[in-house]
Amino acid sequence: MNIWVFAQESNGAPTSATLELVAKARTLGTVTAFVGGDASAIAGALGEYGAAKVYATGDLGGALPGPAVSAAMKAVIDGGDSPDLIMFPQNYEGRDVMSRLSVKLDRTVLTNNVDVAADGGSVSVTTPIFGGNTLVTTQFSGAAPYLAAFRPKSFAAEPAGGGAAEVVAAPVPEVGATGAARVVAVHVEETSGPKLDEAEIVVSGGRGLGEAGNYAMVESLAKLLKGAPGASRAIVDAGWVPYSYQVGQTGKVVKPGVYIAVGISGATQHMVGMKGSKNIIAINKDKEAPIFGIADLGIVGDAMKVLPKLIEALQAR
Amino acid sequence: MNVIVCVKQIPDPALPGELGADNTLKRDGKLILDESDSYGVEMALQLVDAAGGGEVSLVSMAPNGEVSGMRTALAMGAAKGTLVSDPALQGSDALTTAKILGAAIQRMGGADLVIAATESSDGYTGTVPEQLAEVLGLPSVTFAKKVVVDGGALKVDRQTEAGYDEVTCPLPAVISVTAGVVEPRYPSFKGIMAAKSKPVDTVTAADLGVTPVGWAGAGQSIVNVAQAEARAAGEIIEDDGEGFAKIVAFLENLKVI
Repeated sequence: MNIWVFAQESNGAPTSATLELVAKARTLGTVTAFVGGDASAIAGALGEYGAAKVYATGDLGGALPGPAVSAAMKAVIDGGDSPDLIMFPQNYEGRDVMSRLSVKLDRTVLTNNVDVAADGGSVSVTTPIFGGNTLVTTQFSGAAPYLAAFRPKSFAAEPAGGGAAEVVAAPVPEVGATGAARVVAVHVEETSGPKLDEAEIVVSGGRGLGEAGNYAMVESLAKLLKGAPGASRAIVDAGWVPYSYQVGQTGKVVKPGVYIAVGISGATQHMVGMKGSKNIIAINKDKEAPIFGIADLGIVGDAMKVLPKLIEALQAR
Repeated sequence: MNVIVCVKQIPDPALPGELGADNTLKRDGKLILDESDSYGVEMALQLVDAAGGGEVSLVSMAPNGEVSGMRTALAMGAAKGTLVSDPALQGSDALTTAKILGAAIQRMGGADLVIAATESSDGYTGTVPEQLAEVLGLPSVTFAKKVVVDGGALKVDRQTEAGYDEVTCPLPAVISVTAGVVEPRYPSFKGIMAAKSKPVDTVTAADLGVTPVGWAGAGQSIVNVAQAEARAAGEIIEDDGEGFAKIVAFLENLKVI
């Protein structure tokens, strides 16, 4: 089976989501990485994780990847190299490229997957629904290529020890009006401490904190534990913290050793983003809150009473 | 400036979801406006206001001629809507949905700007806005967290993994907006009364000339539905003032402190 992975770079290295998909893909067949940009910095790492070949569009010149990279993919497919399956990370760019390509190829998309299986020419993917309580396995029908997006941390990213992959140019053809959007400035929101999706301990706050000012306590606790602060969608929507703090379906997927949910009731939206944590501690005043259904330790009480004492006890150590 | 907002009418997210006989989400009860779409409606109303003219229209695809969610958006201030409702659409995938919405938007005469949420709260496939842009042959900016119209072009702050990008895009275009981009207004009593008589044009897939639709066009079949492995029940205690000590002991036991 011939599999493409939409590969992304961050600070000169393939993103962890990219390496997870390449590592999984090599267990199913021959892997080609497709890079929207210049691949020289990452072709080595992509090869090491199992990619035999890398297509690279070259610098996109400020164009958004959706229309540009999908057009480059379509051009390669029209040129005769057509994969059976194209795997995308479930993130902003992955979703955009996959969506545009789905219309160009007239193929369905299956998103939010956590697993994939191939049997002969048929491909099926598994998606958790209802907050992860139910797993649905769906098989692609009709003609390949099949398009699927996978949540981060669905697969282990282990190197295979392969050599650098061969890089082949896949230039972006003329895309007309669809490619007219341009990035004119890039802003990076600085955070201190470990990254939310890589931290071994995550402390997240929700509405139960009462007011925006109390979020500082979540940050203090995270810092004391050398972890990262996170948030529920409710307080991100309310403007208490930036979107980059959001844990959940629309935010980051985290799988830390310890997850502490403070004043979070456990909406489906949130649970799918943290359910894979090894240990879950929840503090919430509603004992019926769904978060207690998955907590290893649950404290039924006011977060604003428990948190200050917890911080004080840890500071005293 | 004329804006069309894609609005989804969904089962109340506060109720437990359920799968029907064909393993698609049951949507046969009363449906409500997806909260994610209230941000797009508000954004559209503000942009039309700022432009000093034009109107906000709605497009929706829902079973059983359902309009209750659309009425909420009309009560907020949208002028009119088109509903695509057709039993043949049962089982449609995101691509078919985008084709249907695209055809409906063409039938409505197009718009300067089409707005959608980044993803629905019930199916959350999250691809329809960008697919719709491709169907319409338009540029797009997804995950917009701030939107300004300046002389025939959009200036958008677009959410990224690391922060945000400033993006410019000529009109007409499609954007998807994140929750929290604006504060949605509550419909006034006057708005609710007025919404009852605002026009909603109901059409079928055949009226729009889109085929195949429903399961026939979905390119997929559900082969298994299983319960996920449940997490073992943990220890839940009422805080008696010493709850924090339980957490400290739990963390000590894990050797993380």
